[in-house]
Amino acid sequence: MLPIVLLSVFGIANLFLGFLRSNRALLPFALVVLALIFGVNLLDWNHAGSMTGLFDSPYVTQMLSVNNYSVAFSGIVLFTALVLLPFSRSYVAAHEPNLAEYYSLLLFSLVGAIMMVSYNHLIMLFVGIEILSISMYVLAGSDKRNVRSNEAALKYFLQGSFATGILLFGIALVYGATGTFQLNELATTIAAPANASLQPMLYVGVLMMVIGIGFKISAAPFHFWTPDVYEGTPTFFTAFMSTVVKTAGFAAFLKLLVVALPGTSAVWLPTITAMCVLTLLLGNVGAAVQTSAKRMLAYSSVSHAGYLLLGLVAGRGQLSGPAAQSIFFYSLAYSIATVAAFGVLKLVADQRGREDYAGLAGLARTNPLLAFVMTVAMLSLGGIPLTGGFFGKFFIFTAVASQGYIWLVVFAVLMSMVGIYYYLKPAIAMYMRPAEPGADAPIVVDGFQSATLVLLAILTLVLGILPGFLSGLL
Amino acid sequence: MLTAFLVFFPLAAALLLHFAKGGAARALALGAALLEFAVAVFAAFSYVHNGPAGFDLNLSWIPSAGISFHLGIDGLSLCLVLLTTVLVPIILLTAFRHEEYDNPGAFYALVLFMQTGLLGVFTALDAFVFYFFWEVALIPIYFLAGAWSRSDRRIQITFKFFLYTIIGSLFMLAGFVYLYLQTGPAAGSLAAHSSDIQAFYAAGKQLAASQQGWLFWLIFAAFAVKMPIFPFHTWQPDTYTESPAPATMLLSGIMLKMGIYGCLRWLLPVVPLGVSQWQQLVEVLAIIGIVYGAIIAIRQRDMKRLIAYSSLSHVGLMIAGVFSLKAIGLQGAVVQMLAHGVNVVGMFLVADAIERRTGTRYLPDLGGLTRRTPLLSVCFLVMLLSTVALPLTGGFVGEFLLLAGVYEFNMWAGAVAGLTIIFSAVYLLRMYQRAMLGPDSAYSETITDLSGAELAMFAPLIVLVFWLGLFPGTFLHLSEPTISSILTAVSR
Repeated sequence: MLPIVLLSVFGIANLFLGFLRSNRALLPFALVVLALIFGVNLLDWNHAGSMTGLFDSPYVTQMLSVNNYSVAFSGIVLFTALVLLPFSRSYVAAHEPNLAEYYSLLLFSLVGAIMMVSYNHLIMLFVGIEILSISMYVLAGSDKRNVRSNEAALKYFLQGSFATGILLFGIALVYGATGTFQLNELATTIAAPANASLQPMLYVGVLMMVIGIGFKISAAPFHFWTPDVYEGTPTFFTAFMSTVVKTAGFAAFLKLLVVALPGTSAVWLPTITAMCVLTLLLGNVGAAVQTSAKRMLAYSSVSHAGYLLLGLVAGRGQLSGPAAQSIFFYSLAYSIATVAAFGVLKLVADQRGREDYAGLAGLARTNPLLAFVMTVAMLSLGGIPLTGGFFGKFFIFTAVASQGYIWLVVFAVLMSMVGIYYYLKPAIAMYMRPAEPGADAPIVVDGFQSATLVLLAILTLVLGILPGFLSGLL
Repeated sequence: MLTAFLVFFPLAAALLLHFAKGGAARALALGAALLEFAVAVFAAFSYVHNGPAGFDLNLSWIPSAGISFHLGIDGLSLCLVLLTTVLVPIILLTAFRHEEYDNPGAFYALVLFMQTGLLGVFTALDAFVFYFFWEVALIPIYFLAGAWSRSDRRIQITFKFFLYTIIGSLFMLAGFVYLYLQTGPAAGSLAAHSSDIQAFYAAGKQLAASQQGWLFWLIFAAFAVKMPIFPFHTWQPDTYTESPAPATMLLSGIMLKMGIYGCLRWLLPVVPLGVSQWQQLVEVLAIIGIVYGAIIAIRQRDMKRLIAYSSLSHVGLMIAGVFSLKAIGLQGAVVQMLAHGVNVVGMFLVADAIERRTGTRYLPDLGGLTRRTPLLSVCFLVMLLSTVALPLTGGFVGEFLLLAGVYEFNMWAGAVAGLTIIFSAVYLLRMYQRAMLGPDSAYSETITDLSGAELAMFAPLIVLVFWLGLFPGTFLHLSEPTISSILTAVSR
């Protein structure tokens, strides 16, 4: 609870820094605030409520439940935002007049993300998704002079609002069928239906909720916005969208399916399985044919939604079981690698002015550090050992296989092979192709950004070598 | 402890190399590789005297999933550990001779990193540790082969190599996950499972023949690509030819042994019924590989390409020996793994020495070199005769035992596989004749003989060739208990 309050308060305080026209203070301020809130969040580990006894009134606990599950996923979300911030430097340098608003929107969007991972009430889920999404709609269009950014914002907004409408309609139908918004009560009502004639309404409601959230996490066939929006959005916010939104979305999705709707698995399980197969196929094949590194990362983010959906298929049981565990580990490894990849890509794109593979050529010679970090990130996203991505995939595959879905694992393995094809392309460009004449000046990276990139690479390797630290957490 | 040191010391040295430049980097890399070799020799002595007990290392790694970091050395592992540690210093020295490599420190670091991966594969006693190191070995060799190659086709070729091997590996991973879920008392809870090699042996044995049949192909896919066995070999000649010499030596001298070792340790005892189902098909493929590789080698005019196809042919015989499932064939495979490692590295060393001096390895451009290069000619001849399996050399012992095993399996298979000796004499003697003898070429007046340092690289190889040829018992005794326990597992 406290992180939500602090994020809101500091988000508003941040706006006042904007009034003071002190743009240089914004980035340090946001970093300190996020580090502080990350720490405060961890205080709730294993102590649900006692640290924040202030908010223990029954009214609040019916709305939000703080437990290890929510703390773990809030931790990923906050950490991702924290390590992303150093790459916003060029915005500060450009003296954007509206800089303070962007930082505040980032902080507010995290409020939404934390609500999504700790909701205990469907209205809170809806409010969380809206807070996160509306911030994202604005940030997608933050590069106001760029037509593609405007297009991305409009596309995202229109399709996003549709999806939200569908989600809300789903919630309404579920409420109509069960008479409650609360997750535990939903589960008991569904297990012992008071009125069987309301079942069809419940099922339609569940399906609509699945569709609504499926849009937010860019699961096929609701993923069509993703590549265009990711490409048009300024790279910094693309990185934010593809990590924070996805992590929060999957944590919310898993909680919904496991806690509230296990009784309707006959409806959602085949749906999710089909979405999973489709997402893996379209994401991986789509990524393989791209020539722009940024668009490849966009499609790859779709494909990772597919792997995470596998975790949902396995997600019968508790929020502390192997499925939740594997989704947690996968989200963490995926977020770290994605931030590293987008971080390098942003530095390259800002200074070489291109986002395709050719823009990365020769980077191993001019900036060995950037090339190394990018390679580690690509190996992790591709799921190759020594990196966190390998164990992410391994845990998810094992969780699904142990539920008997061998065919699904075999399909996912085949799709990972496609993935290796395109994740190798940046490495090839960086290490084996010479830079184009005139574009071979070293990329300028400040010490803070290098330190962050080194940290991300080390974390990826630590997750890949000693996964035991985090794999038994939940 | 010794095992952990052996596996991780090269990695530590590789990391340290980032802080060294020029001559210091060379000294550090070579020093580390030699120290590693010394430790391996010490390990071998202590193994002979004390048995395998002291080499077991079992640490908790991912306790929530029942995966532990389990390494150990038995006689079979020890043979390959020795092979790896003796070849890596020679391979590093080859890299030193190439002054034109840019960023040489990174090159040496990758070779040492690769050594950690290889030694991890040869000592892993947990399926996921094995898989982990199996992939770890792939990353450095990909960059070694690709980033330092000067071929125009390097990107496509190394890309193909990477895709082939990783796709094979992913099949193996799928097989391992399936086997892993069959272990342990109860389904559903991950902690109840174990990926330890003994758990895998037990789980595999309980599976029905039909399941073992498809599991066999899942696991074998990774090994088949790595060795490579016909028809999974298409990446091999190109990669061998276009990679820089040290990378080619790593690939052919050590990395292909990963596949054969994998068959011995992780395939035959794990899915014995699957093996007996597909034994005949694999034998046929292996024998096709022997004849096919040899016939194509006869037509080659590029020295490296010729050696690449010759290697394909010789690997075919090793696979045939392994899948004969006869003690003598398996023992032959062990000796031949060592002999082939030594021979093929020696042959590529010769090709590299000639190419560095003349700028070409195209046989029609060469000829008459032997007058000015007596030392090189002798070294070349020794390596060549061992590859042709002349008695007294390591190649002879290996091929003799392998052929005896294949013959025991099936007389006709043995007869066809025996063609390898005739064929290899044809193409190798022809190569020698074209390069070293015959009419003089543009280079026969100017070429220089081996330097002292180069001779020092050949010396251990030549010693090993004769040691393996005269006293194969040293290694046969080491591997014998492992081989017989594998065979009991298969025959049950």
